[in-house]
Amino acid sequence: MAALTDLTMAAALDALSKGEFSARELTEAHIAAVEAARPLNAFITETPDRALAMAEASDTRRRNGEASPMEGLPIAIKDLFCTEGVLTTAGSHILDGFTPPYESTVTTNLWRAGAVMLGKVNMDEFAMGSSNMTSYYGKVENPWRRKGNNRPLVPGGSSGGSATAVAARVALGATGTDTGGSIRQPAAFCGIVGLKPTYGRCSRWGIVAFASSLDQAGPMTRTVRDAAIMLGAMAGHDPKDSTSVNRPVPDYKAALTGDIRGLKVGIPTEYRVDGMPAEIERLWAQGIEWLKAAGAEPVEISLPHTKYALPTYYIIAPAEASSNLARYDGVRFGLREPGDSLDAMYEATRAAGFGTEVKRRVLIGTYVLSAGYYDAYYLKAQRLRSLIARDFTQAFEDVDVILTPSTPNTAFAAGEKMDDPVAMYLNDVFTVPVNLAGLPGISVPAGLSEDGLPLGLQLIGRAFDEETVLKVGEVLETAANFTARPGHQSA
Amino acid sequence: MSLDKATVAHIATLARIKIPDSDLEHLAGELSQILGWIEQLGEVDTTGVEPMTGVVQMDLPRRADVVTDGNIRDKVLANAPEPAHGFFTVPKVVE
Repeated sequence: MAALTDLTMAAALDALSKGEFSARELTEAHIAAVEAARPLNAFITETPDRALAMAEASDTRRRNGEASPMEGLPIAIKDLFCTEGVLTTAGSHILDGFTPPYESTVTTNLWRAGAVMLGKVNMDEFAMGSSNMTSYYGKVENPWRRKGNNRPLVPGGSSGGSATAVAARVALGATGTDTGGSIRQPAAFCGIVGLKPTYGRCSRWGIVAFASSLDQAGPMTRTVRDAAIMLGAMAGHDPKDSTSVNRPVPDYKAALTGDIRGLKVGIPTEYRVDGMPAEIERLWAQGIEWLKAAGAEPVEISLPHTKYALPTYYIIAPAEASSNLARYDGVRFGLREPGDSLDAMYEATRAAGFGTEVKRRVLIGTYVLSAGYYDAYYLKAQRLRSLIARDFTQAFEDVDVILTPSTPNTAFAAGEKMDDPVAMYLNDVFTVPVNLAGLPGISVPAGLSEDGLPLGLQLIGRAFDEETVLKVGEVLETAANFTARPGHQSA
Repeated sequence: MSLDKATVAHIATLARIKIPDSDLEHLAGELSQILGWIEQLGEVDTTGVEPMTGVVQMDLPRRADVVTDGNIRDKVLANAPEPAHGFFTVPKVVE
């Protein structure tokens, strides 16, 4: 049998139900893998004792015939989710020592489904970044390296610790959050599956807020089937989040029929951006061929406002962030730096507590919301957002799903792109429009670049049609047969 | 749009983030670069387009106006950096 850390969630569930090993044994193997992977810096807080206690409770439930959909599966939690009694940092100095007295709804749902927490994983500070370089807790290493080159690469971001943990066979899955691509871009960089659900599908309650109209939690796993299993456990209505949608959670696994005959797949012309590497163009064309061979029909579509999505995002997200991050004032939680007056204390605390990128975005957000500029920037961006969302609505009158590359490039080296904020923002050119429109999107590993790094393809679906996204995703996954492994893995 | 040092200092005050004078010049350059890139939105005619405030098409849910939580003072204060006598504290604001 394969090493316990190399199993998919689906295979682990099957073996657990047959009694081939216990949740405790599965968890012990993963705790050892977490320790062995410490050089990658994926974890901010390891919780081995809690993991073992949760695993033992899981074994007891299983013996009593009470197995739930993720019974006994060890996972990692992005350090943006509040976990009762366990340090929660959002990758920021300003949340020093913050130990939530409550549990986020998504993690509550996961524990109810039987999952086991290995620990809290690293991320870009307040989920602002595409490289995991902005974390106060240090950069995370991608377990992949370029062929014949030992230079460390970034895992992408902001859910970089999550992606590294799953790719390096340290956790069977991990939670991520995605405001502009923070699940899908690191998933593509690390060769795993990342799903951003429809806005409103998973509760945002208890997740440290970045941009509230865009943030959405989702699963990061090694297979599409595992993403279906984990999304089913995470999703659901929550009265504590007023934007959480009250509609039933389907059995996502049941959607994985492999039958996509007659399905119309939109290929957006505007996603052929200048300077995109030829190998990414080729992979996209290959993806179209794979879906065609499975009986789907590719259709050229136009999403005319695509090029305005990133600048629109970089008004809306910082504006919302500047408002959300106003709560870090040195009074109620986290860091406090002394000052002679109340304002001096606020200013000193926020200067010491926020990193460079967070400060940059709070300042941009403050500026675009300030008197005299609100209409020119913020209101303008909200109008553009309507047009971007309308592009998708119109496209989905003709097609069932949209296929694009996940990212315009592969993982880059730590330190690259750090001098030019706009160059870093361009990482999310294919993912950001999906958040602005609130739609579901998945990144599926589909091939390797010439220098041996993972490349992902993205599928975008209609609102609340995660089932089609997962179904087509699994067909892509089967066709791509992505079996390459990163250099660092626990097994 | 190009931001000068004085404007950056003013925004920093609004955002309650202390920025040393020596950093203002560099920051003004960076923020101006980002804003310059954003300004391509001006190419698009958005006359008559409704601003989009959220993606979920639904009415804001209501709940009964009843107390659902409370009597957890110590939990609320547990993470405060300098609590005293059951309160949050701040530097003196009244002379």
